[in-house]
Amino acid sequence: MSTAGVLPAEDDAAELPVVPARTVRPGRWVAAAAATLFLAWLAYTIIVSPNLHWDVVVGNQFDHRILTGLWVTIALTVVSMTVGVLLGVLTAVMQLSGNVVLRGAASLYTWFFRGTPLLVQLIFWFNFALVFPQIGIGIPFGGPKLVEWQTNALITPFVAGLLGLTINEGAYMSEIVRAGINAVDPGQREAAEALGMSHAQVLRRVVLPQAMRVIIPPTGNQFISMLKTTSMVSVIAGADLLTVAQHIYLDNFEVIALLIVASVWYLLLTTIASVGQHFVEKRFNRGHGGLPRRIGRNLLPFTRRERLV
Amino acid sequence: MSTATAEPMVRIRSVRKRFGPLEVLRGVSLDVPDSGVVCVIGPSGSGKSTLLRCVNRLETIDAGRIWVDGELIGYREVGGRLHALPPRELNRQRAKIGMVFQRFHLFPHRTAAENVAEGPVTVQGMGKRQARDLAAELLERVGLADRAHHYPAQLSGGQQQRVAIARSLAMRPKIMLFDEPTSALDPELVQEVLAVMRDLAEGGMTMIVVTHEMNFAREVGDHLVFMDDGAIVEQGVPREVLAEPRHERTRAFLGQVL
Ligand SMILES: Nc1ncnc2c1ncn2[C@@H]1O[C@H](COP(=O)(O)OP(=O)(O)O)[C@@H](O)[C@H]1O
Ligand SMILES: [Mg+2]
Repeated sequence: MSTAGVLPAEDDAAELPVVPARTVRPGRWVAAAAATLFLAWLAYTIIVSPNLHWDVVVGNQFDHRILTGLWVTIALTVVSMTVGVLLGVLTAVMQLSGNVVLRGAASLYTWFFRGTPLLVQLIFWFNFALVFPQIGIGIPFGGPKLVEWQTNALITPFVAGLLGLTINEGAYMSEIVRAGINAVDPGQREAAEALGMSHAQVLRRVVLPQAMRVIIPPTGNQFISMLKTTSMVSVIAGADLLTVAQHIYLDNFEVIALLIVASVWYLLLTTIASVGQHFVEKRFNRGHGGLPRRIGRNLLPFTRRERLV
Repeated sequence: MSTATAEPMVRIRSVRKRFGPLEVLRGVSLDVPDSGVVCVIGPSGSGKSTLLRCVNRLETIDAGRIWVDGELIGYREVGGRLHALPPRELNRQRAKIGMVFQRFHLFPHRTAAENVAEGPVTVQGMGKRQARDLAAELLERVGLADRAHHYPAQLSGGQQQRVAIARSLAMRPKIMLFDEPTSALDPELVQEVLAVMRDLAEGGMTMIVVTHEMNFAREVGDHLVFMDDGAIVEQGVPREVLAEPRHERTRAFLGQVL
């Protein structure tokens, strides 16, 4: 300050001690204490309750039937999400294409499967044999069949569940993918086209990787939600975690205990999925300042050094 | 232009283009000789960008013809009739035409080197090692050898635009189109991009440059075109057009920007 003499007031002001505002809020303390007390009471009641048979919970937590159901739940989730995402990408690309027929087909698909309850769809697939007793490959419109199966043998409860979940998920994913693709700057497409890339290359190399940033977070939510939605297949005896838990409690009448067993597994699965979601999102934010610049740069050698091209 | 007897590298003939009711190009004709540098100036909305985009067929044209390196763009002439080219042929033609955008449009999910290598790898099927060497060489050429592993978000505007130029050069284009390459840049970053373009021009690249940088047009351009309202109003040697414009509209425009 070369002009310090002219501005004494300002210098004085700079030296004034700063007293932080007092933040004692009695209301908050009372609320916190009340909540703690309530939670403690709740935990106590639950733990000592004679109606919650904790020994039964512990005894069944790793029951081999439960574990089998757990695997079915995981399989249903992973397969329906994987195929559902692919279906969603396909449908979104159809919807954004210039072809009226493709666009119409895609719109019809999402309209129908988003507009009817999943529960209805599951029951429908389960009873598919009522509509088509046999399924075959051959000449359409009443021509001869090359191969033919009994629908009931082909569409087991598991397959019906998979069909229902996957096709429903595809319809929802297509909206998510479409939003992601639309979020990509049109200039990106033009730059890629100017290099001479084909439509498929533009989509695969430029548009979709960038759309991923927008697509990944809601897809993670869909995945976590799907872990729980799979329980709906219990209405068609889908052999998932909930179906198995129900089978057991219909035998031993330990309804609540087995619901707790199932819930513990659902909570574990969703927790793991949430952690995974966090890391996947980080990965796809690459190049977008998702990390502070300096840190991002320091990390580059570890993440991309060998993957230049 | 007068001495050029050989086939021009770019030949634009009576090109018309409309967007709905709006006629954006009203019969534009222009020749660019091999190694020539044509600068295009004109007010906003006069159709400069559209003209460039027609040359590499990011836009279709409603009438007229465009040839680049002797090839009719977008069509094949068979028996006196024009047949639209299939996408594969169009992509092959585009690959020979470099384009640099006002807003760079680098691929944000790829590093500088990956951006440069993208075209050769994806379009030309070049091996990754060879593409990496090419990217290194081109980044060196635009003065960014030390930024190869940076993502676009970690580069300044001037650096991004230089990477974008390198990305286009990686396709070994016959011509380069520049659409206001320095208009989105902070003033202090303009010169580093112009220097790269000047270098290219001196190396014999055929270029069409839409720009507001009159010094660049004067010093680097062989030919200057003034467009207004979808037509070429005046053209000639840059120094002469800029010093003594013959048309009232050119004079009015230059009066505003100079
Ligand atoms: N895709 C488009 N759809 C409709 N109008 C457009 C489109 N692109 C450009 N235009 C219009 O065409 C005219 C010329 O635009 P442009 O070539 O970008 O001009 P310049 O680059 O000289 O500023 C402007 O009026 C602009 O609004
Ligand atoms: Mg423009």
